[in-house]
This record gives sequence, C-alpha cells and structure tokens, in this order.
Amino acid sequence: MENIYSLIAFVLLSGVVLGSALLVVTLKNLVHSVLWLIVTFIGTAGVFLMLEADFVAAVQVLVYAGAVCIMVVFGVMLVQRNEMGNSNPFNYRFRIAAPVVGVLFIIIGLLTAKAQWVTSGAGVPKKTVQALAPILLGDFMIPFEVAAILLTVALTGALVLVKEVRAHGDRS
Amino acid sequence: MGTGLNPSYFVALSAALFVIGIYGALSKKNAIAVLISIELMLTAVNINLVAFNKFLTPETFIGQIFAIFVITVAAAEVGLGLAIVIAIYRLRGSVDLDDFDLMKW
Repeated sequence: MENIYSLIAFVLLSGVVLGSALLVVTLKNLVHSVLWLIVTFIGTAGVFLMLEADFVAAVQVLVYAGAVCIMVVFGVMLVQRNEMGNSNPFNYRFRIAAPVVGVLFIIIGLLTAKAQWVTSGAGVPKKTVQALAPILLGDFMIPFEVAAILLTVALTGALVLVKEVRAHGDRS
Repeated sequence: MGTGLNPSYFVALSAALFVIGIYGALSKKNAIAVLISIELMLTAVNINLVAFNKFLTPETFIGQIFAIFVITVAAAEVGLGLAIVIAIYRLRGSVDLDDFDLMKW
C-alpha cells in the first residue's frame, strides 16, 4: 500500500517538474520562463523530500527557488528593455537540437532499463542535518572552505566585471 | 527499500530533465535563457546524486554533500554568468547569443 502511494507521489511530482521545465524552455516571455523555473525547483525539492534528503530540499528551496531565481529576474530586468512579449525566441538550431536530445534520451533510457541496480537495503538516517554536519566540517573541510572562497571570488568578480564595463562605456 | 521505487525511476526523471535543459541550452537565443537551461541540467544532476545517495550509500551521505556543493557552484555560476551577460549587454546592446562573436577570428 505504501508503494502505490509513493508511486503516485512520484508520478505527480515528476509531472510537475517535467511540465514546468518544458514550459521554461518553450514559453515566449522570459519572465514567465523564470517563474516556471521556480515551480520546477520546488517540484525538485519535493523529489528530494521523497528521497529523504530534507536538508538538500531546504537548500534547494532557499538557494535555487529563492535566491537564484530572484537574481535571474533582476538580470532579465536589467538587460531586457524592449518588448518583453517575445523575449525568449528560438534560434535556427532548434530543429537540430530536438533530434539530438531525443536520441540522447533514448540512449539514457535504454541504458537505465538494462542496468542492474545494486541497492543497499539500509534506509537513510532520520536526522539528516546531524549526520551531514560532521561530514561537511570533518572529511569535507577543505572543499567546504574552497566553496566559501569560490563564492567570495565569484561575487567580487561579478562586481568587478559589471563596474569596469560601465566605466569604459562612460569614457567612450 | 523504504519507498518501493527503484533508482531507475529517478534516473529516468533526471534524464528527462537533463534533456530538456540541453534542448533549451542549444536552441535559445537569449543568453539568460541559456543560463536557466544550465540550471535545469544541474538540477537533474542533483536528482541523480541524491537518488544514488539514497539507494546506494544511505549512511555515508556522500551524494547529498556533492549535491550541496553543486548547488553552491551553481549559485556562483549564475552570479558570474549574469554579470557577464550584463557586461556584454552594456558593450553591445544585445543579449542575442548569435551576436556574441567577439572571440571569433
């Protein structure tokens, strides 16, 4: 009985995720695309909850659906000044892209169907954060610090990029 | 297994999401739309990582740690990508990727 409920939940969540992702890549208006991107990320957080990854789901909602999407909306507002209605057009490559991705999906599907899954029977521990924190601050201390430095350098670099080009544009 | 779903469901979902992201990244003109498509692909990778974490190594949490690092790098990537897009927009007045031929010789 539990299986059929989780299967229904999985089908609904993947329907939400894939449908909104398709809307993201097909809609004409870029702002609508970004709003559907938020729906995709929240659906993905639901998939993470199904996989018993509470902390990753929370990070997904906070970072992706919150921060990243708002940042992208600000980028759209700064860049797209004229006619928002047709701000997300296809280029000439979309006819080539469709068969390429179709073939790729069929290949991945065949490989997935033929794979022999070796699953460990153990369940994920209930306390996710309490289990993640010692690993993140113990074994993965160096990558954790490198990620912090990476974020600092990336944000400083973004500031420098935008500021320098504006100064250059003012001079010319 | 607790849920009765095997990993192939989640791999198939992630493959579909990844393929949609590739389609967007290949066929969109707007640079910000390509950034969004890359985000979709990274999300698909995260689904795979967390699914393999649950089904293969549930007690070591390696997949979730990697998913958190992927999210971090993706946030940095979006910040820098948007800065580059805004910089090129101020230089060229366009966000059409087919106009970006500064490095072509």
